[in-house]
Amino acid sequence: MDILVCVKRVPTVGGRITVTEDGQEVDTRMSGFTISPHEECAVEEAVQITERLGGTVSVLTLGAEVCVEQLRDALALGASRAVLLETDGREYGPIATASAIAAEVRAHGYDLVLLGNEASDTGDYQVGIRVAHELGWPVATGIKSLELSDGAVVARREYRGVEEAYTLPLPAVITVKEGINLPRYPSLPGRLRAKRAAVERVPVGSQSPGGLRKSGLRVPESVKHQAEVLDGIPELVRVLDELGILS
Amino acid sequence: MTVLTLVELDGTQASAVLPIDGSLRALTLARSLGPSAAVVFAAGSAVPSSTLAEYGVTDVYVVEPSALDGYAPVAWARVLAGLLADTKATAVLAAGTDRGSEVLAHLGAITGLPMAANCTAVSADGDGTHKLVRHRWAGLLLEDAVLEAPVALLTVATDGVPNVPADTPAAVTVHEHKPSLTENDLAVRAVESAAGAGGVSLATARVVVGGGRGVGGPDGFAPLEELAAMLGGVVGVSRVVTSEGWRPHRQQVGQTGTKITPELYLACGISGAIQHIAGCAGAKHIIAINTDAGAPILSHADYVLIGDLHKLVPALVTALRAR
Repeated sequence: MDILVCVKRVPTVGGRITVTEDGQEVDTRMSGFTISPHEECAVEEAVQITERLGGTVSVLTLGAEVCVEQLRDALALGASRAVLLETDGREYGPIATASAIAAEVRAHGYDLVLLGNEASDTGDYQVGIRVAHELGWPVATGIKSLELSDGAVVARREYRGVEEAYTLPLPAVITVKEGINLPRYPSLPGRLRAKRAAVERVPVGSQSPGGLRKSGLRVPESVKHQAEVLDGIPELVRVLDELGILS
Repeated sequence: MTVLTLVELDGTQASAVLPIDGSLRALTLARSLGPSAAVVFAAGSAVPSSTLAEYGVTDVYVVEPSALDGYAPVAWARVLAGLLADTKATAVLAAGTDRGSEVLAHLGAITGLPMAANCTAVSADGDGTHKLVRHRWAGLLLEDAVLEAPVALLTVATDGVPNVPADTPAAVTVHEHKPSLTENDLAVRAVESAAGAGGVSLATARVVVGGGRGVGGPDGFAPLEELAAMLGGVVGVSRVVTSEGWRPHRQQVGQTGTKITPELYLACGISGAIQHIAGCAGAKHIIAINTDAGAPILSHADYVLIGDLHKLVPALVTALRAR
């Protein structure tokens, strides 16, 4: 079972999020970077699958040289091979991203390609699906449980209180969501191995916005004011009543 | 000029099948772009024509479920692609739900068109150009963007646009649509079964009682469950609670969990990390119970009760029971 996991480097955001003065990017002067959360779970899932069934886990990202940091994070979690689709670091549209990933899949051949359902920053909700269409492979998205058997995968998710199960023949593309597993912490030997591991670099063409062009980013105006302080349970009950919650 | 909107129906109420809230929001945005046509996958008798009329829909394309045998994302996208060609629509919209997002992404891949996810405002600029505002970071940031495409494929943020009926209801014409689908279009389809616990879903609950790190551990949730049950709601939790394994991930409210839109979100012992705010900002009212008068959640809450949730939540339960 040879699995490719596609991850994205995103800023770590804690208490607030701000944009640069020119309004073009998230201000990352005070933040670190991480693998987008759904994709961290995709790495963990791939490692668990190969621990059970054997095989290899390759991890891929598209971006500038700095993204090697996230590839090494994934190597530390148990991936064995890392590929950087190297760009100049500017935003790369979902259509172009999917083409670049599909080219890597064609070049190497995999049984399963895992991605996150959506990246936490751009939230485009489409790269995995476009990869699948380029390859002519089946795809399931938003998956919270995976079972592999005899050349097929059963993928499950919940939608509006109903469980949906999809059976896909391999090779297939699956996009997963946080909750499919609890990612492990990297072990010390894992970190050391990751530090020394080679990263394959594949240059990809210049960026292509693919029809959707960003003009700028902004923080939405908050319509809320500072919270009104309530003085004890009776006041809370009165407010609940006024809001119509108790009727 | 036609604008097509994929309308999802609430399958849980067999007696009164209605469009889901997210689809009504999409219809609200759609009718500002041109004559509004809805696409529904339902038995003809279950088409909610009067609700669609209230939201300004003039044409409804009904695809009988027998043509599909279960939800099949590629097949749904093929149906939209066919109708897009038939109607020469200038835009196709869907709710930014799991289904709406994936069907429009498939449609984008099938047609080679770009797709803009989670829009909150869109205007047609002529010449195949749309100006739009869309969510990034699950709504913590807004992106102003220009979409250049012969047809605009858009999903509409489920918590970013109000659902407002049209000033005057439209007269609706219902068209039965018989799609031509191949075996390949139906290869990936959902087999549905009742999910684990059942009951009220977090995404659609009228009241959500939230618990965070302040709850202290897996044993601290019973009073929150009791309060939620009394208020006809459900318990939701912050990311730390699920990453600590205190509660299952399906209860997580946040960017990587569920986005909620209740009448009331009662956040207990939740500091309000930004990824949590992304999930609860769609609540109509937020009340926080917190020991920390400086917690970030307070700048998003309408009311706050400062104090220990371990005392205040049971006291609230007692007070409500006494009423």
